[in-house]
Amino acid sequence: MQKHTSLPSPALDARSRELRQLILRSLQRSGRGHPGSALSLVEIVRVLYDDILHYDAARPDWPERDRCILSKGHGCLALYAILADKGFFPATELGRFCSVDSPLGGHPELGMVPGVEASTGALGHGLSIGAGMALGARLQGRGSRVFVILGDGELNEGSVWEAAMFARKHQLDNLVAIVDANKLQSYGPVGEVLDMSPLPEKWVSFGFAVREVDGHDVPALRSLLAALPLAVGSPSVIIAHTIKGKGIPMAEGNPQWHHKSRIKPEELTEMFRALGVE
Amino acid sequence: MRKACHNMIHELARRDRRVLFLGSDLGPGTLDAMKKEIPDRFFMEGVAEQNLIGVAAGLALEGFIPYVNTIATFLTRRCLEQVTLDLCLQHLPVRLIGNGGGLVYAPQGPTHMAVEDLGLMRLQPDMTVVAPTDAEEMKRLMVQSLDWPGPIYIRMGKGGDPVVSRPEDPFVIGRGIHLRPGRDAVIIATGVMVSRALKAAELLDEEEGVNCGVLNMHTLKPIDTEAVLLLARETPLLVTLEEHVRSGGLGSAVGDTLLDAAPNPMPRLLRLSLPDAFPKGYGSQDALLDRYGLQPPRVANAILDHLPTRH
Repeated sequence: MQKHTSLPSPALDARSRELRQLILRSLQRSGRGHPGSALSLVEIVRVLYDDILHYDAARPDWPERDRCILSKGHGCLALYAILADKGFFPATELGRFCSVDSPLGGHPELGMVPGVEASTGALGHGLSIGAGMALGARLQGRGSRVFVILGDGELNEGSVWEAAMFARKHQLDNLVAIVDANKLQSYGPVGEVLDMSPLPEKWVSFGFAVREVDGHDVPALRSLLAALPLAVGSPSVIIAHTIKGKGIPMAEGNPQWHHKSRIKPEELTEMFRALGVE
Repeated sequence: MRKACHNMIHELARRDRRVLFLGSDLGPGTLDAMKKEIPDRFFMEGVAEQNLIGVAAGLALEGFIPYVNTIATFLTRRCLEQVTLDLCLQHLPVRLIGNGGGLVYAPQGPTHMAVEDLGLMRLQPDMTVVAPTDAEEMKRLMVQSLDWPGPIYIRMGKGGDPVVSRPEDPFVIGRGIHLRPGRDAVIIATGVMVSRALKAAELLDEEEGVNCGVLNMHTLKPIDTEAVLLLARETPLLVTLEEHVRSGGLGSAVGDTLLDAAPNPMPRLLRLSLPDAFPKGYGSQDALLDRYGLQPPRVANAILDHLPTRH
């Protein structure tokens, strides 16, 4: 299987492994989900919720909170893991992922899951919604910031670029897009299916302040996200270079693990083992 | 109707800080008065309708009530997924105002004519669908739109449409208005077709001695089931009249209602609409309505042809 080659990322620390174990717990019951798409963005949501976002898990609708929208809704296993970890809902819910009466579906829904800010899953919706929220915060004189996590495959959608034009026009420097650039979309490499390069230059030309970072390097993510906005008067975009399936060797860079149904028990054992759980 | 609608948005924005206006790329001068008086709640955001709906959703999530306005086709077809998921699924109070519903844009051709907008919007769970008949009814609707839960699609006519609604009839979203009682037949009409229905009813009365009523069904969803079933009990022939393709609009809504309730006896239902086809030709709205048999004389004739045994 072809693997994405990149500079070696730092080894996963205990917390990153623990969050990935929560993802596996969801997969364990359902036997299905988008593992690769969630595993690439664990460090992104970890740093956001550990260090950057202002929120109160006991009051998910606290008006002054920062908003975080997972526009690539299929990566929801990572979002559910961090929300459970932070106490937005009991971690036992993860074990009911995708079951008929569970609030946790294969794509996150507003009103079903505390901490989920918008219903996403159809791609290319989150940045516009986030831009509307960022504009709303400004109109209401709130200091809330809005973070929108996009996939690099998602950037195929024209609506993303409509939203980018809007954000620039209104100089929404309280809006931060984070691209989980894992280089793989469903069918194969982004560079082959629909090449988005040169990606940083595209965002620059759309009026965004742009930084690139290793999306698995926790200290690097932390220091970059602590220094927002990247430029006063401009929306920011962080292109986080990641590895799809990060942390599970058989899933890393493997398009077969974008979405999986009927994950076998022996595969799960191997996945847990990769995270140091025997 | 358009001017009345825009003036009402301005008025509502004055009264309520939650109200804002979002247009795409409308004509120069659109809502200048509001733009001047309340510039921070007036937005004209370009030919990017998907984004327009998403932004409206984001604003609504923060407590605003956005009134979104552009050409009906581009507001319904172009960004249908945003309407469905961003607005309906999230149950957000965004008001979509579609310019030129029906055949208004006849001279511009099929790219601009909104002949399936009502059907597209009716299919979306949680959406309320209203087609006011004239400028005065538009004003009454706009007042009620403010605190209505969930999204609303409002089909706008051309403007200068004859005023046939009456101030004494209470306007309530979801409740049809009986404009004229009828013993032999009743036309259930929506939007600007209500005035045609009234004329057709007059023709039938004066020239044929047929007693034909008219119900103004301004709201297609939720449909006024009670009004339809009341008419069904009392009238042998129900006629739906709409500026819309045959499927998905008023005729379908009334038909669904009758099928579900299965009244006995079941009245005859005559659905007068545009065919299941892209409109052919340009000309004017009136010229195309005439081509498709939807002007009063041919409506009256169609009803005559379908009347059950006269009593």
